[in-house]
This record gives sequence, C-alpha cells and structure tokens, in this order.
Amino acid sequence: MSKIKPRAKIPKEAEFDEVIEIKTLIRHPMHSGRVKDVDGKTIPRLIINKFNAMFNGEVVFTVNLEPSISSNPYISFPFKVKEEGTFELSWEEDGGNQYKLTKSLKVV
Amino acid sequence: MIRTKIGGIVNISRRKAVKMIAVSSAIFCSGVGSVLAGKPEVSDQINNIISGSLARKVDVLLDVPEIAENGNQVKVAFEIESPMSESDFVQEVYILADGNPAPNVAKFNFTPYSGECFASTRMRLSKTQDVYLIAKFNDGTHSITQSTIKVTIGGCGG
Repeated sequence: MSKIKPRAKIPKEAEFDEVIEIKTLIRHPMHSGRVKDVDGKTIPRLIINKFNAMFNGEVVFTVNLEPSISSNPYISFPFKVKEEGTFELSWEEDGGNQYKLTKSLKVV
Repeated sequence: MIRTKIGGIVNISRRKAVKMIAVSSAIFCSGVGSVLAGKPEVSDQINNIISGSLARKVDVLLDVPEIAENGNQVKVAFEIESPMSESDFVQEVYILADGNPAPNVAKFNFTPYSGECFASTRMRLSKTQDVYLIAKFNDGTHSITQSTIKVTIGGCGG
C-alpha cells in the first residue's frame, strides 16, 4: 500500500483582496466498491468522502466526494485574501480516518 | 384504364402519405419519449435537489472535455458568475453523471470567503453520458447546466 499523503499548493504571499487558487491533491486509491481484485473478490469501498478547508478556524470551503471521483483526488478552489493566517485542510476517509495539512499565508 | 391508373396512383400516394405521417409521428413520439424518460434516477435526484426553488439565469461555464479517452480521470471544472458577497453567493454546486452506477459525483459547498465561484476536480465516467451541474444560490434559486462527454474507455472497473 502506498502511503496516503496529502499535498497542497498555496501561494506563500498574496495581496489584500486578491482571489487565489488553492490546489490540493491526496494520494489515495479511492476504492469505489465495484472493482474486483485478481482473485475475483470485490475490493470493499474505501474513499475520501469529505474535504474541509478552514482558515483561522472558519470553514471556507468543503466538498462531499462520492465513489465517482478519481483516485488521488485533486481539488482546486478559490479563496479571497482578507487577512494573514493558516489554512487547515483535512480529508476524511470512510471509517473516520482523517488526514490533515496546515499551511500559512502572508499578506503583502 | 386511365381511371384505374389515376386511382392506383392516388391510392399509392395516399398510402404513402399515411405511412409517412405514421412514421414521422412515431419518430416524433419516440424522440419526445426518450427526452422525458431520460434516466429516472438522475431526474429524481435533480428534482430532489431543486424541489421548490426557482430557476435563475446566470453565466455558468462547465469545462469538461468533449471526448474523454480515459474514463478514469476526466477533468471537470466550472466557473459561475456571482459576486460571492454575504447577501448573494453560490451555496452548493452538485455534479451529477447520468451513466454512472451512482449518479452523484460531488457536492461543493462555497462560502462568501471564496471571493469567486470556481473549482475543479477529476471524476470517473463509466461510458458516454451527460454530466449535469446544478448550482444552488443562498436565496434558494438554482441553475442547471448540462454537457455530453464521449468516453472511449470506461473507468468504473468491472
């Protein structure tokens, strides 16, 4: 099993009132529960079902993911810069596992 | 002779005419039928999402490929015109694919912090099908956009 590893690309600095694009990727197989393995057994469903983006403790963007999302789900979303702070990104897996990532943002 | 000839001609042409009308109406009916029938699961789903809300006219750009060579990784991006202010913003965006075993693909929840309304992700498509985008605004209105994607190799396993 390859390690599940979240990544995010956020500009380190941004101007006030600028809308930035945040790109995120998490390495995850996203087993849809419909694919069979070599022995003909169905691989049970195991997907990332929720993505949350928080900035300074406030929810700014979330996505509910379904099995129709590709493996290694990529999500990009906008954010309007109003103040400095930290992003807390989290991915929730079926069964309750969470993968987290924090990134800081500076205003110039 | 002439009379029979004329009669024959008339008969044939009438028969033809009747046939033609019958055929054309059959085509017309089947066309309407298929449009109305669609995929019941998906139309139910859409009706659930938009139930009780009014349609709104906004510019929506649903950026999907016309032909997807690999159904495992199909880019889906969208951009919706909105001021994204506290009083007027896009709240939810649903992506539905009507040919997949489960039509739901994703639901994006925006907030006024977003500033603009755009996002992108990648999805699986099992076959050639229609993809729907439903945007719901904070005032309860909605907007639906649709696009057909041709899929060369399906991506749902089997």
